[in-house]
Amino acid sequence: MDKPFAITLDVGSSLANRTGSWRTMRPVYVDRLPPCNATCPAGENIQGWLYHAESGDYEAAWRMLVRDNPLPAIMGRVCYHPCESVCNRGRVDESVGINAVERFLGDEAIARGWAFDAPAPATGKRALVVGAGPAGLSAAYHLRRLGHAVTIVEAGPLAGGMMRFGIPQYRLPRDVLDAEVARILALGVELRLGEKVADLRETMAAGAFDAAFLAVGAHIGKRAYIPAGDSSRVLDAVSVLRSMEGEERPMLGRRVVVYGGGNTAIDVARTARRLGATEAIVVYRRTREKMPAHDFEVEEALHEGVMMKWLSTVKHAGEGRLMIEKMALDDQGFPQPTGEYEELEADSLVLALGQDADLGLLGSVPGLDVADGFVGVDAGMMTGHPGIFAGGDMVSSERTVTVAVGHGKKAARHLDAWLRGAAYAAPPKPEVAAFDRLNTWYYADAPKTVQPVLDVIRRQSTFEEVLGGLDESNALFEARRCLSCGNCFECDNCYGVCPDNAVIKLGTGQRFRFNYDYCKGCGICATECPCGAIRMEPETT
Amino acid sequence: MNSPVKFYQTGTFTVGNRLLDADLRSVQSATTRTNSLNSGHRACQGCGEALGARYAIDAAMRATSSQLVAVNATGCLEVFSTPYPETSWQIAWIHSLFGNAAAVASGVAAAMRVQGRHDVRVIAQGGDGGTTDIGFGCLSGMFERNDDVLYICYDNEAYMNTGVQRSSATPPAARTATTPAVGPHPGNVAGTGKNVPLIAMAHGIPYVATASVANLRDLEDKVTRAMGIHGARYIHIHVPCPLGWGSAPADTIKVARLAVESGLFPLFEAEYGEVTAATKIRQRVPVDEYLELQKRFAHLFAPQRDDARLAAIQATADRNVARFGLVD
Repeated sequence: MDKPFAITLDVGSSLANRTGSWRTMRPVYVDRLPPCNATCPAGENIQGWLYHAESGDYEAAWRMLVRDNPLPAIMGRVCYHPCESVCNRGRVDESVGINAVERFLGDEAIARGWAFDAPAPATGKRALVVGAGPAGLSAAYHLRRLGHAVTIVEAGPLAGGMMRFGIPQYRLPRDVLDAEVARILALGVELRLGEKVADLRETMAAGAFDAAFLAVGAHIGKRAYIPAGDSSRVLDAVSVLRSMEGEERPMLGRRVVVYGGGNTAIDVARTARRLGATEAIVVYRRTREKMPAHDFEVEEALHEGVMMKWLSTVKHAGEGRLMIEKMALDDQGFPQPTGEYEELEADSLVLALGQDADLGLLGSVPGLDVADGFVGVDAGMMTGHPGIFAGGDMVSSERTVTVAVGHGKKAARHLDAWLRGAAYAAPPKPEVAAFDRLNTWYYADAPKTVQPVLDVIRRQSTFEEVLGGLDESNALFEARRCLSCGNCFECDNCYGVCPDNAVIKLGTGQRFRFNYDYCKGCGICATECPCGAIRMEPETT
Repeated sequence: MNSPVKFYQTGTFTVGNRLLDADLRSVQSATTRTNSLNSGHRACQGCGEALGARYAIDAAMRATSSQLVAVNATGCLEVFSTPYPETSWQIAWIHSLFGNAAAVASGVAAAMRVQGRHDVRVIAQGGDGGTTDIGFGCLSGMFERNDDVLYICYDNEAYMNTGVQRSSATPPAARTATTPAVGPHPGNVAGTGKNVPLIAMAHGIPYVATASVANLRDLEDKVTRAMGIHGARYIHIHVPCPLGWGSAPADTIKVARLAVESGLFPLFEAEYGEVTAATKIRQRVPVDEYLELQKRFAHLFAPQRDDARLAAIQATADRNVARFGLVD
């Protein structure tokens, strides 16, 4: 024994003392589901692609985005972004401008000519997609990437469906639409235009298709019975918007009345203003609060000089004038006639009362469940006939481009599984990263970057795009406002705040690991995790 | 990529961030940090002092290129880190007695000087008991002689190691083993105790600062700053004690943060007796939010609210806010 004075034991490290045995609760890293992802109708991993955009790797961000949605530049313009309504940042300052960043990524991809990853090896299976709208394009894209041969048959002269023949150019420039369609076709998807499928079974047999996805949309404007004089001019909204894509602009006159309260009604009224109408009046039987149209669209329309007449119905259409009856809401909030009438001058009346699907192609298919103008589908978007799937506006759901894209993706996954004789099992969804899971102390205040809005005067008379895009610097700023709810973004907080050095930092992109030999289970890491990516679980032994 | 220090997603409030340049991150975010106080120490779950000590000494190790000796007073920090023959310290470290850490550190500094080891710097550290009570004479002497030592006090506001007895740093109304929550004025009496940062300033030493485990960046900046100065320096770090304060171990940093945000623990720097800077409060809160999380103040809220004493504590916070300019 050769030790200094008064020393009898070898000096040791406290590492011999495994303090992990004190623990009653153990921290575990989790990935919770951010509210934006949970809400996205197209099932995008929004937090996931923002994470890449935050570091300025826009291509990686775009590639992650298009794993779920092949139309980001379109989405960035026409999506009603329910993600932003539920964004947790909205409770800190303002929600993240997800839609604006998506558009930036989409535009960046077009400008830089990024192509999709190559499809999986050919499966030898053939899938038919009927309709080249958002649902059909989305399904075709996903099926093609899974390795199937895909043919889209479209009755119209051009691809895009309602994105081309329903959404005005000031919201979706056609070169953007063309670019994103072309990129899907470049994957090797066949597109046959101007060909209406009259009998689905015949078309499938002729093309030796193994399965089909139907997405013919809803293009037939609903009519309401309105007594009308011989010389009155009554049009339907879908036809008006469709004819905007043709050679001849529709003749609406100087005073245009649009009947209806949805987004289509607003689109027609704004289009009428741009065509030179001095007055564009939306007549709706209920109040603004009850209007199905999205608030920001109503707001933009009002800015452009569109007028609104609430609590009114059209009773009679005569030459140059309409008879309007005033309505009043009853206890249940339903409009009831009051017997009070007034006259409204109008050169034309446009009916925007919703649309029906043309389901003629289904005639001979057995086993289908068709009710109220909709095709019934199961949770995997399959109709009552095995191997025939349907989505978009022809099935009963919310009618937006984003919902249609989501249908296409979901149907493609189930169709793919069906072709392989299997059932598609969606991965289990983790719990939602609610606001109370966050520690918002750590987030700096940073208000939303507002997209430039075209000058009102300029916009009234042209069909130029209303909302401008973000530039690189403010897109980066906006992406970095993401709180990364429920998903580690490597802020090093857990690594820093552990009083026991029981967190191991694995390096950039590798996140962290707990050292349970020494973790006492105090839970400071979980409390101080900004994004709620650590859960405390009881020890079982 | 050029990352501005004012970082949009989390500001500079988090420990680090993958998007920040390495030199803009905190010492604690680096895998190369010393881990001066290593795993396996016997501090309670959620110990604020263990955390504060590692924050401070790791920053000092980086600032001195690891040429550092630490002298420790008796107290929790010494007992839980170094039960003979084991130690959690991964630095040159010495312990002598409860009350003489400042004097021993002065001696170490003198020894280094006569040996020509001008690169080796000295830190003395202890809890509030060893600093504000037992070691106060030695501390004042070290200040008065302007010895080249940084003294760090980890203030958990009582003698926690021996069973939560009152110290001269125990706040008014706090229940401890020696100031029980009984009688007409339960808990510690108001108007006693001492504010050692202000006393240190009265010595006119080159640098005095307060810091909190709730603000890592601020703490590291102050330690780094102090290590760039010669002469007597003093840093007073607020470190919650879940055991003694009756707070949840998971809430240690939260409690420390509320002490700062309420104004009860002002963060400031002083040079040669004058306050030169104060860290602003980001989201001011009433003192109740801080006090309610701690069982040592439970008698202020039940069986009925003690409005008079709560108002007195709030007045202390308000006075700090005004005195140090904590709110713009």
